[in-house]
Amino acid sequence: MGLSRPLADFAAEVGAEGPVAVVGGRTQWDVGGPVAPDARLVSAPAGVVDHQPADMTVRVGAGTTVAELTEALAAAGQFVPLDPAQPGRATVGGVLSVGHSGLRRLRYGPVRDTLLEARYVSAAGRLVKAGGPVVKNVSGFDLCRLLVGALGTLGLLAEVVLRVQPVPAARRWLRGRADPDVVLARLYRPSSVLWDGDSVWVLVEGHPADVAELAGRLAGFAEVDGPPPLPAGGRLSVAPTDLNRFGNERQAGTFLAEVGVGTVHLHDKVTPPSPEPSVLDLNHRVRAAFDPDHRFNPGRRVA
Amino acid sequence: MRTLLEDLTAALGAGAVKGDPLELALYARDASVMEGSAGCVCFPTDAAQVQAVVGVARAHGRSVVPRGSGTGLAGGAVPIGKPGAEPVVVVTTRMNRILSVDAAARTAWVEPGVLNLDLSRAVAHLGLHFAPDPSSQQACSVGGNVANNSGGPHCLAYGVTTAHVLAVEVVLSDGSVARLGGTDPDPTGYDLRGAFVGSEGTMGLATAVLVRLTPLPPAVRTLLADFPSAESAAETVSAVIAAGVVPAALEMMDQRITVAVEDFVHAGFPTDAAAVLLAEIDGLPGGVDAAVATVVELARRHGARQVRVAADEAERALLWKGRKSAFGAVARIAPDYYLHDAVVPRTRLSEVLQRVYEIADANHVGVMNVFHAGDGNLHPLFLFDRRVPGALERVHEAAGEVLRICLDAGGVLSGEHGIGLEKRDYMPLLFSEDDLAAQDALRRAFDPERLFNPDKVLPSGSRCGDIRSLPEGVWV
Repeated sequence: MGLSRPLADFAAEVGAEGPVAVVGGRTQWDVGGPVAPDARLVSAPAGVVDHQPADMTVRVGAGTTVAELTEALAAAGQFVPLDPAQPGRATVGGVLSVGHSGLRRLRYGPVRDTLLEARYVSAAGRLVKAGGPVVKNVSGFDLCRLLVGALGTLGLLAEVVLRVQPVPAARRWLRGRADPDVVLARLYRPSSVLWDGDSVWVLVEGHPADVAELAGRLAGFAEVDGPPPLPAGGRLSVAPTDLNRFGNERQAGTFLAEVGVGTVHLHDKVTPPSPEPSVLDLNHRVRAAFDPDHRFNPGRRVA
Repeated sequence: MRTLLEDLTAALGAGAVKGDPLELALYARDASVMEGSAGCVCFPTDAAQVQAVVGVARAHGRSVVPRGSGTGLAGGAVPIGKPGAEPVVVVTTRMNRILSVDAAARTAWVEPGVLNLDLSRAVAHLGLHFAPDPSSQQACSVGGNVANNSGGPHCLAYGVTTAHVLAVEVVLSDGSVARLGGTDPDPTGYDLRGAFVGSEGTMGLATAVLVRLTPLPPAVRTLLADFPSAESAAETVSAVIAAGVVPAALEMMDQRITVAVEDFVHAGFPTDAAAVLLAEIDGLPGGVDAAVATVVELARRHGARQVRVAADEAERALLWKGRKSAFGAVARIAPDYYLHDAVVPRTRLSEVLQRVYEIADANHVGVMNVFHAGDGNLHPLFLFDRRVPGALERVHEAAGEVLRICLDAGGVLSGEHGIGLEKRDYMPLLFSEDDLAAQDALRRAFDPERLFNPDKVLPSGSRCGDIRSLPEGVWV
């Protein structure tokens, strides 16, 4: 337990001047574009600081790997549903800053809902606190949600408090062929429903009796070890009700869609659509308010 | 030059603008104990009319205070302004249409004035509901829920409002309309939707909200456990959470409120218990049965005298009626009450609750406790009579002391009521100057001129840190 180094040291390293980029496990390093070559690289403190099972919260350094966090929580039968593709390398701060949710978003919600408190280093080199360490909090504006998915362009995460969940008693992955929307409608709160245009993969979690009962609702489905490999080219975000049409216009196997969520994983690179002008303008104003000189993670763009 | 009233009337029509003293007085306060003064009150019916109001307010140098049903408890809708420059209060009650419901996507576009419970009732036939359920859900609006990021008993398992809002269409201070968030899971850009939810009307006015609807659970069980001490009830809460059970709701009531409620609605609550826990478990039957068994066993192990599992829907409804009638019950026995709101880590509930009683006694203020124990969200209810000189001051003193001990225990200023005017000057107790400056930077990005609800949430001159320096003209 404890941080690899004090938060103040990290803040001092970031300083108040010059371009700086923060490095985690480099597992999503190219999201948003390449970091400018002149940026000084820094890494956030690592380590599990405090875990309170009866509060269902954990305080960790942003540089902690997800695998290390998972291991620390496992003894108490808890976990944080971050679910990155490479938990041994991906860091907590990296997962939050990129903001991509894992395959269990259908059940556990987006990754932004796990962040309760953040301590980050501002563009002025100051340590700033956002949110609070408890599970319910409306004291002031919700800067935490703004930081998730910001690619470190508003502030560099140093330490965070996350909401934890109990590890479900049973889990089962199943695979079969069916209309994905029908599968989704037939199940109560499945953890994941994936579709590649041909097969449907379903993850059901919970009490063993419920898992067995849900699995029984899926005629013709067989138990499998896990989901298929995730196409790692890019992610597309579509309205969940448009997924079926989207998939039927594409060749099976060229994509993997998160049914009920709307995230589509593709082998090809994806250029995210530009927001409408008024929203784009607001994005620029937010960036200017937090990092007027664009010194953080230059080259990586959120919008 | 025409007057503010004339310009607003020209923009919205005669029936949509009020300016006579009696009407203005009605909108000078909300459900808090604070009062301000309104310049004009208007009732737009769509985004275009809100844009028009923003234009008129700017031209007259007036700020804009958004208001839903006025059920807020932190003074967020109280209009504050110098004499001659009182704000325009924009009431959303006439924007009350459910615009569309998509049963397959489990979403609905609604206008901000739609009442929380009306929305759930309107989609119940689809097996869906809007999960946030504040105690005021019969009266409070979805727009108000968005502004305050409202909670409620069932937010323990389902999450507060922000987890149920996918997009908001907002009128910004320059009069433009922007759609924040969207139907797709990860709209490009910063999570401006997330920043807007809970901004208490300081960043713009939401004219439409895309809400996420939640399937009604297949199985629900509700139980009531009574305890010989508040400590044993609080310790049961921690034990339940630590055991990996996340109830849909986990509410605690102390003996004083239990007696008041029982006198009022006869829900069969044990009036000789020091505290009762009301727990609701929902989900699939296997998990529900297992969780109920765990809660019953942990309650008994912590000294519960009796654990009653509601046998049917009627008994379940009666138990909830008891819980939700708490504030009505109090209104019968005290001329005025002040409902507090703070959060502590669940593991500190027991000791903090003890301190709440001590603080109330020391300040000669009556106190009752009915609260969301499952997420550590305390709601001490201070009883007083505002006609008695010094009574309200003693309540404020006690409330301030309670906030300090909650913060000392690692808690926060508000779990669901918001900061508004009430706790604005306590913000420096929780946040440093740098922290507050960051929040102010976010507000300025949305509203550089502080058109919307100025003087709320962040201390004025944000960085001075003096406590209880309310602006001129405010009555507390």
